[in-house]
Amino acid sequence: MKKAWLLAAVAAFALTGAAEAKTLKWGASREIASLDPYSYGETFTLAVLNHVYEGLVRYTGDLKIEPALAESWETVSPTVWRFKLRQGVKFHNGNPFTADDVIASLARVTHDTSPLKGNLPAYKSSKKIDDYTIELEVNGPYPLLLNDLTNIFIFDKEWMEANNSLLPTDSGKGVKGYATDNANGTGPFKVESRRADSKTVFVKNAGWWDKPKHNIDVIEFSPITSSSTRVAAMLSGEIDYTNVAPLQDLPRLSASPDVKVLQTNELRSVFFALNLGDKLIESDVKDKNPFKDIRVREALYRAIDIDAVQKRAMRGLSRNTGALVAPAIPGYEPSQDERLPFDLNGAKKLLADAGYPNGFSFQINCQSDSLVNEEEFCQAVAAMWSRAGLKPNLSMAPRSQQTPKRVKGEFDVISFGWANEPMIDAYSLLVQVLRSKSGTGGVFNWGNWGDPRIDALIDKAGVELDTPKRIEMMKEALKIAKKEQLFIPLHQQPMAWAMRSTVVSTVQASDNKPRLWLTVMK
Amino acid sequence: MPAFLLKRLLNAAGVMLAVAFLAFLIFRFVGDPVELMLNEQASQQQRDELRVRLGLDKGFVLQYATFVSNAVRGDFGISYRNQQDVFTLISERFPATFELVLVATFLSLAVGVPLGVYTAIRRDSFLAKTLQFVSVLGVSLPSFALGILFILIFSVTLQWLPAFGRGEVVQIGWWSTGLLTASGRKALILPSITLSLFQITLVMRLVRAEMLETMRTDFIRFARARGLPSRAVHFGHALRNCLMPVITVTGLQIGNLIAFALVTETVFQWPGMGMLFVQAVTFVDIPVMAAYLIVVSFIFVTLNTLVDLTYAWVDPRLREDALTGGANAR
Repeated sequence: MKKAWLLAAVAAFALTGAAEAKTLKWGASREIASLDPYSYGETFTLAVLNHVYEGLVRYTGDLKIEPALAESWETVSPTVWRFKLRQGVKFHNGNPFTADDVIASLARVTHDTSPLKGNLPAYKSSKKIDDYTIELEVNGPYPLLLNDLTNIFIFDKEWMEANNSLLPTDSGKGVKGYATDNANGTGPFKVESRRADSKTVFVKNAGWWDKPKHNIDVIEFSPITSSSTRVAAMLSGEIDYTNVAPLQDLPRLSASPDVKVLQTNELRSVFFALNLGDKLIESDVKDKNPFKDIRVREALYRAIDIDAVQKRAMRGLSRNTGALVAPAIPGYEPSQDERLPFDLNGAKKLLADAGYPNGFSFQINCQSDSLVNEEEFCQAVAAMWSRAGLKPNLSMAPRSQQTPKRVKGEFDVISFGWANEPMIDAYSLLVQVLRSKSGTGGVFNWGNWGDPRIDALIDKAGVELDTPKRIEMMKEALKIAKKEQLFIPLHQQPMAWAMRSTVVSTVQASDNKPRLWLTVMK
Repeated sequence: MPAFLLKRLLNAAGVMLAVAFLAFLIFRFVGDPVELMLNEQASQQQRDELRVRLGLDKGFVLQYATFVSNAVRGDFGISYRNQQDVFTLISERFPATFELVLVATFLSLAVGVPLGVYTAIRRDSFLAKTLQFVSVLGVSLPSFALGILFILIFSVTLQWLPAFGRGEVVQIGWWSTGLLTASGRKALILPSITLSLFQITLVMRLVRAEMLETMRTDFIRFARARGLPSRAVHFGHALRNCLMPVITVTGLQIGNLIAFALVTETVFQWPGMGMLFVQAVTFVDIPVMAAYLIVVSFIFVTLNTLVDLTYAWVDPRLREDALTGGANAR
């Protein structure tokens, strides 16, 4: 009797399940570049493809590293890591996952022509110990291997061989890859169909190795680049979820009874960086660079009324910061988060002390299409600096025009944002931005703001395998940068998602990556 | 005639070369794709390698020569962004734009011609004056504002029509069409009206002006004198005489519609060529931008050349004019 009841219940459940497949319609702000995660080093493309492909390790909803396709790992020596792979995992085409797949994938992503090579900078070689064990050798002691591996997705070797895709796609030689339009991963969702710029459909992978926390059967991914159209689609119920809800429309979205808004702050910290080279490029001070004087830098800092910026330019949604990295990033130190207070008279006095009682002119290079409300906050700060007696000139243009000037150091002040992604560690900011230019370091040190003490700490942290020690070194480097006021911090920029009431819950982490395998629908 | 044909074709080729040069020149200075293609983590060495791989380290003239010789063969290179063949990318998007333009053209004729006739023969009625006034608005209202207004009314408030996308499409060979599915036809309504509104007013005003002109001519008076019914006079005689310029303008405007579809496509997330171009601009995807400009100019130039040739075929005087000064060997 009891059994019969249970059977009926199961049948009924199966029926209702079949009757209404749970479909999540996702309206994104832009299209992904390709179905090949190695073709383009872009955080958003990787985040979407993470639903299809998986790495050896992954981030949890609160940005901690946990096992994924690898079950455990150990360091055999400072340069050799051994990974035990998960058994019983199958690719979407039914092929079993083994050590060969990992080795072929690592070879592909680190190939000379791979655009994603930079995401695994320390890789030297890998070898198979047995079907479920590999050893990965790095160039030297490298503490951030696991962080990097969260974004290195594993392909099926047989599938790559069968489709001539063992090598990455190569634009120079005109090699178009099979993997650009087709996918075969191990992740929670499979690609069912794709029509670029229109709709990509993902269906649930019933054979996923992990226990699903989601209950979604189908994801329909559509890019809607115009933000007003995206908001309209959300209000009219054509989409269930968007990972970019425009800030100016948040009140309108929240006012709708069927829509809820999830708002938080991103990992990306925004600050102003100064040209600390010998001369400014557009200034009435010709013979020297006033920014080299710490009093001038402090004056710029103190002249910013951050609360006004937050309230007006950022619509009350940003998080004011004194630190260069966000709280979720290892290397963050609460005591560094305190800002110098806003003090207009103090700023004027500092300028006078430094020998510029009447101020001086300089150019601020901002971008119209990069950071959140960049135009607004740049204008606000420029006005504040004018009030302190300076003569800033705001140059506002699209990213494609400003970037070449910034890279060449042809600027006096730039707005700058750094998210420390995909590594999620302060080392990213330190080695790429703060480090003096040399070899692989300081690629973004556009304004010549290096400091030998900071460089030494970065170099030491780069090979320190003891995590607490390493983090102390990074904190120390950031402390020097703060004391020298190398940069003028502003805020962590806001981010917002919107979803209809059909979505019960999801996980919104400050890396702004949708994780729909953690999303539950009604 | 062959000499005239040759001259027209050489003209067209010259225009295309100039466009290719402009396309190349503008985009050569638009920005550095390398910074946008690599992420925060990439090192200087990788940046340099990518620059070499994309051929950006070569000289200006060499880059242009390669560009033109490839473009002639229909090879616009590989998209910087998603590493796909640019020509394939554009031809995949062409059907969406073409259908949108086709429906918009049809709408502009189906609505514009009757309105034009009406405002011409009832020129003093209240309705005709209202239509004249509204048509000024139609010409001056930017299409993105109109599109957003439509979305607000028909998608958000009334929820009758979709705010974005193309609906379900059917694939016939390499051609994809939304005309065969209900959701595809529904998705076409708002964008095609948005795109055609300017066109409707243009056709209407053109038909009205031509009709007024024709109505004054003698043969209309004779037709009336013969006691023909107004309907036959208006549609059989007058309108028929107006259609030639209307068809010419409509033909020439197709090029314009294709080019201006990009605003409508952006508002409605219509997956056509315009959308592709806008995305390419965001990512400084130079091959796609250059190829789009060249393809659209090619359509323009082809339409213009065809119209010229048709005229010359219809009206021999134009041919003679074109050849003045040249020896006529025949």
